[in-house]
Amino acid sequence: MKFAVLVFPGSNCDIDCYKAVEDTVGEQVDYVFHTATDLSAYDAILVPGGFSYGDYLRCGAIAQFAPVMAEVKKAAEEGKFILGICNGFQILTEAGLLPGALIRNNSLKFRCHQVGLTVENAKTGFTNDFAQGEVITIPIAHGEGSYYVDDETLAALKANDQIVFRYAGENPNGSVDNIAGVCNEAGNVVGMMPHPERAVKEILGSADGARMFTSVLNAWRERNGAASIR
Amino acid sequence: MKAKVYVTIKQNVLDPQGNAVQGALHTLGFNEVGKVRIGKYLELDLDTNDRAQAEEKLKVMCEKLLANTVVEDYRFELEG
Repeated sequence: MKFAVLVFPGSNCDIDCYKAVEDTVGEQVDYVFHTATDLSAYDAILVPGGFSYGDYLRCGAIAQFAPVMAEVKKAAEEGKFILGICNGFQILTEAGLLPGALIRNNSLKFRCHQVGLTVENAKTGFTNDFAQGEVITIPIAHGEGSYYVDDETLAALKANDQIVFRYAGENPNGSVDNIAGVCNEAGNVVGMMPHPERAVKEILGSADGARMFTSVLNAWRERNGAASIR
Repeated sequence: MKAKVYVTIKQNVLDPQGNAVQGALHTLGFNEVGKVRIGKYLELDLDTNDRAQAEEKLKVMCEKLLANTVVEDYRFELEG
């Protein structure tokens, strides 16, 4: 399996994502620059956190038009596995690959700490290694992570089982319905504010994030007819 | 031609910055201040004299980039 970690000017979690792939599943992984125009070699695309293009105007607003994003859209349509983390989630919503938007935390503070997350959908390509309803620990680090959708879209998200993670304890940012992560209708594109790549070993405070990477390897193997790693 | 673009947060979307400013204004004794909403104001110089075309293009600029219509509304004025 081959992973791409996208790198925009201002990405700062790209190395963490790259190392997380190496350390959790040990599959091939490449950094792919924002100017790239071909992602056909990759099975999974990770859109990392950071402050792409300085987050000028809005978080992810300018990154959505980077050349590589046309390829990300194509990959999404082809059913490839795409995970947007933090700024990556913001970019995917701005690009219209995921519903909703991320706005300023209701506390107006940059929140950087561990949170409990309830796995609301354990069937996506990135969550099949979790149990449905399991509470996991993953850190957040964001100032603009308050997920917003209107009531109509929220009802659709619930009906289609597109809410992937909810904050299990206190809601750190005021997001609608305590949402921390969502997926597209097909379930191959997932976006989340918490950082699973920062929770891949106990020494980091939690190893729960590692299972997002084993999940996608499972999903890829299942799709390609190879034996599951479990 | 000059364009003034106003991007505002939709009424049903929370504006924590606006709330904080409202609180600060109350602290200063401006108790007549009700709701405060913070938006963005952009000035664009446009290299055209065709008003209809400018309006059409501004609409596309707003929809594509300047506003996120999930959470923001926009309006613009043209001068010159």
